[in-house]
Amino acid sequence: MSIDLIESILFATIIAGTPLIIVALGQLIAEKSGVLNLGAEGMMAMGAIAGFAVTFHTGNPWLGVLAGMVAGALMSLLFAIVVLTLMGNQVASGLALSIFGVGLSAFVGKPYESEILETVGTLPIPLLADLPIIGGPIFNQQPLVYLSWAILAGVAWFLYKSRPGLLLRAVGESPSSAHSIGYPVIRIRYMATLFGGAMAGIGGSFLSVFYTPLWVEGMVAGRGWIAIALVVFATWRPFRVMVGAYLFGGVMVAQLFVQGSGLEINIPSQFLSSLPYLATIIVLVIISRDQNTVRLNAPVSLGQPYRPDA
Amino acid sequence: MLRLEARAEPSQLMSYASPLLAIVLMLIGGLILFYALGKDPVEGFRIFFISPLSDIYGVSELFLKATPLMLVAIGLAVGFRANVWNIGAEGQYIMGGVAASAVALYFYEAEGPHILFLMVLAGSVGGMLWASVPAFLKTRFNTNEILVSLMLVYVAQLAVSWLVHGPMMDPDGFNFPQSRMFEESALLPMLVEGTRLNAAFLFALSALVVGYVFMYRSFFGFQMQVAGNARDAARYAGFSAKRMVWIGLLSGGGMAGIAGMSEVAGPMGQITEHVSNNYGFAGIIVAFVARLNPVGIFFASLLMALLYLGGEQAQQYMNLPSSISNVFQGMLLLFLLGSDVFINYRLAWKRG
Repeated sequence: MSIDLIESILFATIIAGTPLIIVALGQLIAEKSGVLNLGAEGMMAMGAIAGFAVTFHTGNPWLGVLAGMVAGALMSLLFAIVVLTLMGNQVASGLALSIFGVGLSAFVGKPYESEILETVGTLPIPLLADLPIIGGPIFNQQPLVYLSWAILAGVAWFLYKSRPGLLLRAVGESPSSAHSIGYPVIRIRYMATLFGGAMAGIGGSFLSVFYTPLWVEGMVAGRGWIAIALVVFATWRPFRVMVGAYLFGGVMVAQLFVQGSGLEINIPSQFLSSLPYLATIIVLVIISRDQNTVRLNAPVSLGQPYRPDA
Repeated sequence: MLRLEARAEPSQLMSYASPLLAIVLMLIGGLILFYALGKDPVEGFRIFFISPLSDIYGVSELFLKATPLMLVAIGLAVGFRANVWNIGAEGQYIMGGVAASAVALYFYEAEGPHILFLMVLAGSVGGMLWASVPAFLKTRFNTNEILVSLMLVYVAQLAVSWLVHGPMMDPDGFNFPQSRMFEESALLPMLVEGTRLNAAFLFALSALVVGYVFMYRSFFGFQMQVAGNARDAARYAGFSAKRMVWIGLLSGGGMAGIAGMSEVAGPMGQITEHVSNNYGFAGIIVAFVARLNPVGIFFASLLMALLYLGGEQAQQYMNLPSSISNVFQGMLLLFLLGSDVFINYRLAWKRG
């Protein structure tokens, strides 16, 4: 295999993993506070169409990302009102949010279906980008790739080194104790859920503005669900989210490279396309095999409604 | 300040009123949506909710669309009552349709009632096989059934795409990704002359009755109910959690598979990539809106079917994308889950 090919596979893997990192980190924060939002797929879809539409009309991809973030956050606000204020079932509400978001995105996205955006170039980091092999794939990347690393560092610092992060974890482990010593459980969960929505929105806008600069109905293609699976796979630890996301990115890219390579192999393309989903199942099996791994790491109150009896 | 205050007892009245409240909120949301898109809301409302039911044919289409929804929802409700979250009915539906189509194509140009019988059998087995993957992984490896069953939806979609582009493709079909049209012997008999309503509607009604008996009149249904309401109590009583996972997933998969069969052997008469129409996901909404109750499922399926028909009408006459049906469905479930708070709480004014 030539150096060029390795470089381009590495480059593509990092890009493919980037939306997963961003979305999964958002979900991780929400889940750490005890909120399981299965609506990531719908929030990403809304982020993707909002990002695309705004970029299309303004010509500014950053406004697009901002719009995607706002759209994702608004979607999660709807979810938060239902499950936090009105104490609805989180599994069902998240699913409803996914169906709603995917449908609404297809609905508002109809006029944009045949449009394409200008490709946004990479942003080389001086000096580092000239390193052999890793220089190109790692230091001459899409700007949002760098952003995903910044978010990762920020989330890790927040959770483990900051006081509000400690509080967030406490709320997820035992909302009643957190409440009894005077912390606003519901408000903290609102903020964590909104953060999760905002990240899902950014991840969605990355797909439609940077990754493949066009809008197609259903373009999120299960990435929201894969991101949720990633959080389990990572046993709720930020750095493992990154490792997992690049693993999945690698699977998605390998499939494209095999299809594009013109290699004479007798495998239907649909089989290759199903690999990311099968890989998700396999990693879930590996990580869940030992009952204690998931049980010890999952936030104790995950998915449980909480109502402070004032 | 307006606050929620716990009721002494759950309100019976609200448990019936909250679905109605959710429907009203959904309609308001729909009006706002039409308005925001610059369409006349009143006209939109008429096209969406009134015009599909303006004649007998429209009503028969409503029952036709409600059929797969009833089948999917009743199967899922069995599992949901025990907190077995099968979210992948869409995939199980597709695989049921695939298996039934395989039988129909195998017996192409053959005659006899055994073909339809085998198709129903194959449909349910296909759906159950697909559901047995999350069931096996859940019971053996403790793997989350929500994510596994959902991932298998995408795999099923790709599988049917491969089949209709390859082994199941119509040899005389000019390379269109679809199978042959089934022979008469592989199509469900019609119930009403001049409509498309077929015998699958009777399957659906019997499934509701069987579901009712299982849930409310059998010891096992009782066990699953206990497991759903109080997991520790169920474990204490020695009810097997693994068996519940299996039954919950297999009933959902089997029913979804029969629903898939009823579609390929009914209105479609062949298999294509678009065998599903999102019935697997809509069935989940039906199950929740119906509060997992068979009688409720009957009515919720009709409501959801109306949303499908309305979406088709809106597509035809208002040039709106058909995904508007999903928008309404998602809104309905979200609003319902929100309104349900008033069963156990009421609004009260409080100072401070």
